[in-house]
Amino acid sequence: MSNRGLALAIVAACVVAGLGAASAQEPKHGGILRVYHRDSPASASIHEEATYSTNIPFMGVFNNLVIYKQDVPQNSLDTIVPELATSWAWSPDHLQLTFKLREGVKWHDGKPFTAKDVKCTWDMLMEKSTAKFRKNPRKAWYENVTEVTTNGDFEATFKVQRPQPALLALLASGYSPVYPCHVSPSDMRTHPIGTGPFKFVEFKQNETIKLTRNTDYWKPDRPYLDGIEFTIIPNRSTAILTFIAGKFDMTFPTEVTVPLMRDVKSQDPKAICELKQSNVANNVIINRDAPPFDNADLRRAMALSLDRKAFADILAEGQADIGGSMLPAPEGFWGMPKEMLESIPGYGPDVEKNRSEARAIMTKLGYGPDKPLKIKVSTRNIPVYRDPAVILIDQLKQIYIEGELEVVETGVWFSKVARGDYSVGLNLTGNAVDDPDQTFYENYSCGSERNYTHYCNKDLEKLFDQQSQMTDVEQRKKLVWEIDKKLQEDVARPIIFHIRAGTCWQPEVKGVTIMVNSSYNGYRYEDVWLDR
Amino acid sequence: MAAYLIRRFSLMILTLFGISVIIFVLLRVVPGDIADILFDAAGFINPSEKVQLEKDLGLDKPIAVQYAAWVGGLLRGDLGYSYKSEKPALEEIAPRIPISATLAGLALAFSILLGVPLGVVSAVRQDTALDYLLRVVSLSGLSMPAFWLGLLILMGFVAAFGTIPIYSDQPKSLWEALLMYSVPAAAVGFRSSALIMRLTRSAMLEVLRQDYIRTARSKGASERSVNYHHALRNAMLPVVTVLGIEAAFLIGGLIVTETVFNIPGVARFLVEAIRWRDYPIVQSLVMVTALIVVTINFAVDLLYVALDPRIKLTGERA
Repeated sequence: MSNRGLALAIVAACVVAGLGAASAQEPKHGGILRVYHRDSPASASIHEEATYSTNIPFMGVFNNLVIYKQDVPQNSLDTIVPELATSWAWSPDHLQLTFKLREGVKWHDGKPFTAKDVKCTWDMLMEKSTAKFRKNPRKAWYENVTEVTTNGDFEATFKVQRPQPALLALLASGYSPVYPCHVSPSDMRTHPIGTGPFKFVEFKQNETIKLTRNTDYWKPDRPYLDGIEFTIIPNRSTAILTFIAGKFDMTFPTEVTVPLMRDVKSQDPKAICELKQSNVANNVIINRDAPPFDNADLRRAMALSLDRKAFADILAEGQADIGGSMLPAPEGFWGMPKEMLESIPGYGPDVEKNRSEARAIMTKLGYGPDKPLKIKVSTRNIPVYRDPAVILIDQLKQIYIEGELEVVETGVWFSKVARGDYSVGLNLTGNAVDDPDQTFYENYSCGSERNYTHYCNKDLEKLFDQQSQMTDVEQRKKLVWEIDKKLQEDVARPIIFHIRAGTCWQPEVKGVTIMVNSSYNGYRYEDVWLDR
Repeated sequence: MAAYLIRRFSLMILTLFGISVIIFVLLRVVPGDIADILFDAAGFINPSEKVQLEKDLGLDKPIAVQYAAWVGGLLRGDLGYSYKSEKPALEEIAPRIPISATLAGLALAFSILLGVPLGVVSAVRQDTALDYLLRVVSLSGLSMPAFWLGLLILMGFVAAFGTIPIYSDQPKSLWEALLMYSVPAAAVGFRSSALIMRLTRSAMLEVLRQDYIRTARSKGASERSVNYHHALRNAMLPVVTVLGIEAAFLIGGLIVTETVFNIPGVARFLVEAIRWRDYPIVQSLVMVTALIVVTINFAVDLLYVALDPRIKLTGERA
């Protein structure tokens, strides 16, 4: 072949290869995405539940006013895009947030979506309407909202008591769908109606959840999938084996542990697996109302006894991040810098030095090797709770605290904690939104239903409000770090680590983005497609 | 005979009444109710919302009133509503019964079809290599937990065939449909088959030493006729007794098997309902299960009468 011929052949090959690559990336319509689900959620009503067991299957049924961009792994104020709103604007005094709403959107039952639906939804969340949710876990998110008003059919305004830029972050969460006025909360639990890319088909308890494509979806050319089927398989071994056997396209998101992920990769090498942060923190809860734990020195000694790296190595083969209440960087947006973190008592690398200090405190309090403090370490009877509790008991032994494991039936764990019927506990806290407003108010503000340790620091709470009003992100970050540092120093709820979790899918599943700083916001599925 | 049947039937009704009281009380003794569990799933407790929920579900009423309402409903054929799904309990339970019944029936058939013939072979070939092999197999059946065996089977299928015999509501082929029931049935029935095999073997060995067997042989009856016509029928009585008990155990075994093979039957549903304190579902399922078990035992009692005429006479005398 002449040089010219060879050059032409190369060019032709490149063009063909290029075309091939382009067509390989062109999303295809059709197919049912098959995913296994870890358990049977209590209901289909996202507003009434506080578990991603509900978000994952049902987020695709709904739309929000605004949403975190679904193909960007890290949620932040910069990644929020309009959904049922077409735009939003704060008033000059930052006390009103007005949304212009999308016209021509229909609920799955054919009725038109209007601003009244927005008002209805938030009136129910703020408990201002006659229609009531059976339970309302995120009422606290909207404590600052005084009312939602409408102006015609396509404009809604949220009025707030004080500026709160992060309100938008809360509204962008998977936990903030717009509900239809004309469907009762009870019906939404069993047969949800939304405006989202997928219509609800059926929810058979302990069996399946089925969604089908919304052919009238307002977003052109979406969704790509014909439907999604979630098969409920509570037994993790069976679920993973079934995925390996090719009966599922995807595992339940962020549920695959490090050892299981290794199993999947060895038995199904073509599977794509990602291990990501999910913003779930293992933490110690200490009942500060119950003697002797009402003694701040004792609580400090307990915090000093923690060897966080050992927890991470044993439980997650090192695949965990050590931080404060805010998820550490790079996945977390608000986490303290490493140097600041290590300056907090108990976070420094010299564990033995920390423990010597803790032992000195314990000796001063009258405890010692011959007179240990005997306690019960309570936790839920689930491995992810039980396993770290066992390590905690072992570590507390180093400072003359003799713990006995008390496993509590999972269904009554929070009622026991809420009654204050524990002394020391091992808990997990998942944050739906990587924003200090959600984390601080929900977990550390005085009187919050989720402030399990009843930590209450009015001065710090003023700083919660102060950071919440700040519009300059960098300045807010610095204040957030100070608050987080203080929370750890006060042993409000010592954070042990933020664990990473895996998700696997078959290579033909395209358009999947696993979010790295929340497990609750990335399940609209309208951009997911199957290359079959 | 009639007096015997009436006595047995009355006992059956009394047993069901006793079970209804026990399950009703036990459920309420266990800590937490559906309101606790629902809030626990949400990670918080709101006392006023919880009280309202309990009131809406009638859980604030005295236990005797709740019991009377439930039993009244049962007698009218109304099993109540599932607290969790908010659907009629009957609507939730009914589609699951055929699934578990198929599985239990197949498991029982598997255990009889495997256990009885192998037990006979083991007895007539006593102390041979085959007997020893079958005894080892039966021992392993008794020793292996059903969940472990189930997982091993699943792993074996994935490794060997690249597929997995778990339940699907729309099996793609007859073969898949057959696999999804027969494999779990074998897993759950293996233990029972081992028990039946050992029992058949020992009963057969005892019967084979009886005088009438020797007489049959001396009359020139063939070995096949002696073993299957004369010996087996008489050896069956203890086996039938155990079958009745095993039927109840099988339902227990189904809990594990339905979980491992992800079969949406009543056993797995019962466990979930207990976890959620879904009283109407648990109570109804327990009563349905109890009804099945007492009916099977009633049928076994009738079988006794067919197999051993002396029982009929005893019944009449009583």
